Amino acid sequence: MSAAPDVTRAPSEETTRASGATASEERILHGSPLRRMLARPELGSVVGAIAVFLFFALAADSFLRAASLSTVLYASSTIGIMAVPVALLMIGGEFDLSAGVMVTSSALISSMFSYQMTANVWVGVGVSLLATLAIGAFNGFVLTRTKLPSFIVTLGTFLMLTGMNLGFTKLIDSTVSTKTIADMEGFPAAHAVFASTVTVGGVDFKITIVWWIALVAVASWILLRTRAGNWIFAVGGNQDAARAVGVPVHRTRIGLYMGVAFGAWISGQHLLFSYDVVQSGEGVGNELIYIIAAVIGGCLITGGYGSAVGSAVGAFIFGMTSKGIVFAEWNPDWFKFFLGAMLLLATLLNAWVRKRAEAGK
Amino acid sequence: MSQTQARTALVELSDVTKHYGTVRALEGVSLEVHPGEITCVLGDNGAGKSTLIKIIAGLHGHDGGSLRIEGEETRLASPREALDRGIATVYQDLAVVPLMPVWRNFFLGSEPRKGVGPFKRMDVDLMRRTTHAELLRMGIDLRDVDQPIGTLSGGERQCVAIARAVYFGAKVLVLDEPTAALGVKQSGVVLKYVAAARDAGLGVVLITHNPHHAYLVGDRFVLLRRGGMVGNHTRDEITLEELTRQMAGGNDLDDLRHELRRA
Repeated sequence: MSAAPDVTRAPSEETTRASGATASEERILHGSPLRRMLARPELGSVVGAIAVFLFFALAADSFLRAASLSTVLYASSTIGIMAVPVALLMIGGEFDLSAGVMVTSSALISSMFSYQMTANVWVGVGVSLLATLAIGAFNGFVLTRTKLPSFIVTLGTFLMLTGMNLGFTKLIDSTVSTKTIADMEGFPAAHAVFASTVTVGGVDFKITIVWWIALVAVASWILLRTRAGNWIFAVGGNQDAARAVGVPVHRTRIGLYMGVAFGAWISGQHLLFSYDVVQSGEGVGNELIYIIAAVIGGCLITGGYGSAVGSAVGAFIFGMTSKGIVFAEWNPDWFKFFLGAMLLLATLLNAWVRKRAEAGK
Repeated sequence: MSQTQARTALVELSDVTKHYGTVRALEGVSLEVHPGEITCVLGDNGAGKSTLIKIIAGLHGHDGGSLRIEGEETRLASPREALDRGIATVYQDLAVVPLMPVWRNFFLGSEPRKGVGPFKRMDVDLMRRTTHAELLRMGIDLRDVDQPIGTLSGGERQCVAIARAVYFGAKVLVLDEPTAALGVKQSGVVLKYVAAARDAGLGVVLITHNPHHAYLVGDRFVLLRRGGMVGNHTRDEITLEELTRQMAGGNDLDDLRHELRRA
């Protein structure tokens, strides 16, 4: 392990940060704090978020009120809860196009199981967790086994789930929505956990904001401080290198898909317990919004780079824009335009960051 | 073939064969790796060098012949198993994950951890400190181990990978074309670390198509051509001129020289 080889003449005598330029033979990057900050994945999104915030603060009088902030945070959290695991998955180099409808599937399973079995709603919630995790594991398993691109695999799951959501709901309930479970045992408690409102200083905040913040914290901790986080970056950054040094590439990927499923479960339960019924056609298209939030937040579409905090900022930009347009009393049709422009700008910025990171040869 | 019975080789291949479908990728190749020695594998593109590496690194199993690790006949099932048995492989292209910081790369796949239960986490301080110290010992003074490893030069990246293998207690170091993409000076730097690893008591397998680099450091030379072994020499059996000639295809080179001669 040790036995210091004598050929290594440490050049520390000649390169002790005295000169800034070319003391050693090899090139050295100057790690000034400013430059390091510029290389953070969230930087672009933070700048963007500030700009969007100032923009709507000026454009809409009601935007700065506490109640508006609460509305914006709620909108952000419903996207953010999914954007976190989707961001992790993207850092791991993959997509999940089934994420949007998986939320609906999770809600439907929970609702229908409880209703049909006349069980405590918590039984349905538990069954839904297992079933949703199984869908995630299925995505990961098919992907790692077949080595097909995740675009194809999860597009397949997306279509199958969309069909199953509508098909099963019509088969069991004869309509496109489920029966209400509001009068069933356990509903008040489940409502408190997944869909309640917390009043802080006279302002109502939705509980999903707490879930969102907790998920961001846990995901950041996993990414930055655990072995699994190291593997996620490596699998997305260069999976052959990761495999060569013994990283369990398949296990990491399957875990990431199950993470998305876990997010879908939380979102799904929120959906169910805030409205008592679930519309089986919902969720289509949301998968792209999660991906957009992650990309605006600094995740590279090619994998290996990004952060959970970034995805939260991305979701916050989404929330500010979607609600800000309403507060400014504009036509909401413009929302998609803003989102598209933001996505383009963010991706350009990310590409520039990456070029800098990979240069220097 | 020089069969040293006196001591057991760290890795010994005899008469190893590998087929991909109907393609004969490798046939009848034998080599030995001893502690404190460098075994060079030379061959042109398509000679079977990569296949040979993949067998030693555990990426592919062999179809025929035998692979012995410290005298014990085995078949490696995965790169992880090869690593656990002390065989570390440094690939030319896939040595590192470019966007990840140097310290994360250094410990990738073998991260030290502290804490218990759900709070088990990487020992980041130790990882940063160790990376800096180990690289310093190799003569690379990084001010910032947080910089993405993609910002280092090609030679430095190879050195990080070599330092990593040495640190993790590899007994055998397999290097895939470590100097292929490098300039003269950078190649020299890398060869210095290869020699350093040898002096530290490791057995080294150096894959290259540059006989000059091989002869500078090598103790044994295995020559491959089109999947077959065309030579297996110890250093005292062969001169650089002969090695170069055989490497370039022996008589083919004479023919080529004849053809290229100016009228």
